[in-house]
Amino acid sequence: MNDIIKGVNRSEDSLVIGGVNLLSRLFVGTGKFSSHEIVPRVLEASGAQVVTMALRRVDWKNPQENILNYLPQNTILLPNTSGARTADEAVRIAHLAQAAGCGNWVKIEVVQDQRYLLPDNWETIRATEQLANEGFVVLPYMSPDLGAAKRLQDAGAAAIMPLGAPIGSNRGLQTKELIRILIEEISLPIIVDAGIGRPSEAAEAMEMGAAAVLVNTAIAIAADPVFMAQAFRLAVTAGRLGYLAGPGERRVTAEASSPLTGFLREG
Amino acid sequence: MFYEQTIRWQQRLPETSWTSYSGLDVERVLTRDALRPQDLAILLSPSAQPYLETMAKKAQALTIRHFGRTIGLFTPLYLANYCSNSCLYCSFHVGNEIVRCKLSVAQAIKEGEAIASTGLQHLLLLTGESRSQSDPAYMEQCVQALRPMFASLGLEVYPLSTEEYQRLYKVGIDSVTLFQETYDEITYAQVHPAGPKRNFHYRLEAPERACSAGISSVNIGALLGLSDWRQDAFYSALHADYLQKNYPGVEVALSVPRLRPYVGSFNSAAAPVTDAALVQIILAYRLFLPRAGLTLSTRESPQMRENLLPLGITRMSAGALTSVGGYSETGNVGSAQFEIADERSVPEVVQMIRTKGYLPAFCDWLNMRERDVVGQGRDRL
Repeated sequence: MNDIIKGVNRSEDSLVIGGVNLLSRLFVGTGKFSSHEIVPRVLEASGAQVVTMALRRVDWKNPQENILNYLPQNTILLPNTSGARTADEAVRIAHLAQAAGCGNWVKIEVVQDQRYLLPDNWETIRATEQLANEGFVVLPYMSPDLGAAKRLQDAGAAAIMPLGAPIGSNRGLQTKELIRILIEEISLPIIVDAGIGRPSEAAEAMEMGAAAVLVNTAIAIAADPVFMAQAFRLAVTAGRLGYLAGPGERRVTAEASSPLTGFLREG
Repeated sequence: MFYEQTIRWQQRLPETSWTSYSGLDVERVLTRDALRPQDLAILLSPSAQPYLETMAKKAQALTIRHFGRTIGLFTPLYLANYCSNSCLYCSFHVGNEIVRCKLSVAQAIKEGEAIASTGLQHLLLLTGESRSQSDPAYMEQCVQALRPMFASLGLEVYPLSTEEYQRLYKVGIDSVTLFQETYDEITYAQVHPAGPKRNFHYRLEAPERACSAGISSVNIGALLGLSDWRQDAFYSALHADYLQKNYPGVEVALSVPRLRPYVGSFNSAAAPVTDAALVQIILAYRLFLPRAGLTLSTRESPQMRENLLPLGITRMSAGALTSVGGYSETGNVGSAQFEIADERSVPEVVQMIRTKGYLPAFCDWLNMRERDVVGQGRDRL
């Protein structure tokens, strides 16, 4: 199994974001777990290097409750701006995260809709532009829309994070066709974020050519989050291998493995 | 305005309709993901009582999916108990001979420090409903003094104007809690015989004013047991739904307070809210409003709080006092608003939450007004 993972991680298949060569294409979140103590075990099982956390939930006053104290030191922190309703608030949160020593990566989440938690692409573009200009590595969470993705690219985003389905919905790749278009048309890495509920859906996103996936709820609320993290690690690897292997065309009708007229071309 | 909606629903949903639903209606609703107001009524009806276990499983799964295995913690701080109202069910009633007092800003800071030392970072500030004793300017002073100590400051006071909510938002209030007490106008008039609180409409529209003033989170509810609980639960949830739809950027939450013993002799004519009824209300709220916060206070007993926790609750108070002063040695202690039933300390509540397999969250908000709210780097454990 390790050989397979190494195969995918071979140097010619590197994912570089913010100048960092990432070995794992599975990003994970830290929310919704029943305890902080389980998080390091989940991270180990997932193999993830990039870990997102809501800055609003980081408890700076109680070290025992501070999620950052449960993350391995070599983790790439991806603080997110959960709670921001405008670009200005997202920028403010990014500044606070940087001032707190969380590095210069930030996942922009600007949400003005608490029922579906759908991102506001317009405010997201504004925040991305400002923070990218300031030198942040900006990964914007967005509703998959080609025009908005192009503007995010122009604004200096390091990757684009379209949603597969609303956050926490576990409904899979409901926006599959729109994500496919982004993968084809946008030169930045496309990281499918939100909605992925099962390992098979992560594999599907990777087979489509997504550069990575971000999974939180599906792991956190599983009966065994550590096992589920491992399942996602394998699914992401399998999906990436499937993409690199170049799957054959899909057909409506059967195509015999041994063609009936093959003899015409023999000898 | 929400009031127009309540009128329309009163015409469509007369009191007698609660018995018009069947078990089949309930089963049909339980197969759906997105519920309509009519479905909410079915889940609150007597016919839903045999289905509580099914509803509970669904409610628990929905809550974990949307909020995780996490319970937010907060505690109330009563700043003053002067009141101009005559609510028949409340100890602060203007006619009750109780010890009245109001904390100075310095005393409020002392109380805040005592609360902050327990690790709690979400604080709910309360006053009695006396504009002359606790005016918005006094609230502003307290908010400014307490702001640096907490991640989130909420306000539970008499209904304010939009401009007053804006002022308090600017100095640091994130959330507003305001209970309509009852959505039944006749009962409302009966239990509020005098004082400014008699104005049903001004109170009903206050959460909307808070939303339009920029407040990030509003928490509403009925005082269950004042009037027919099915009606009040129905309109509370409808009110929350209205706020969610019209102010999608605001986090809307519902509380489920039941009448508690207090100083006075009011006896509600309404049927008591039994434990099963409270469970039914919580489950119906969750299934109708999957993303709404559900708040449980120390009005409920320790055992009840533990049992209700996994059914859809997202926030709990801990280590709460309902008297003015008392967290610290202010030397200024006023009478309590109601008896609390769960007197456990913060560490005891935290331990209970952990035992139930949930994460107690001390912090779930970011005070973006302060630069020093976050530490520098990680503290290794």
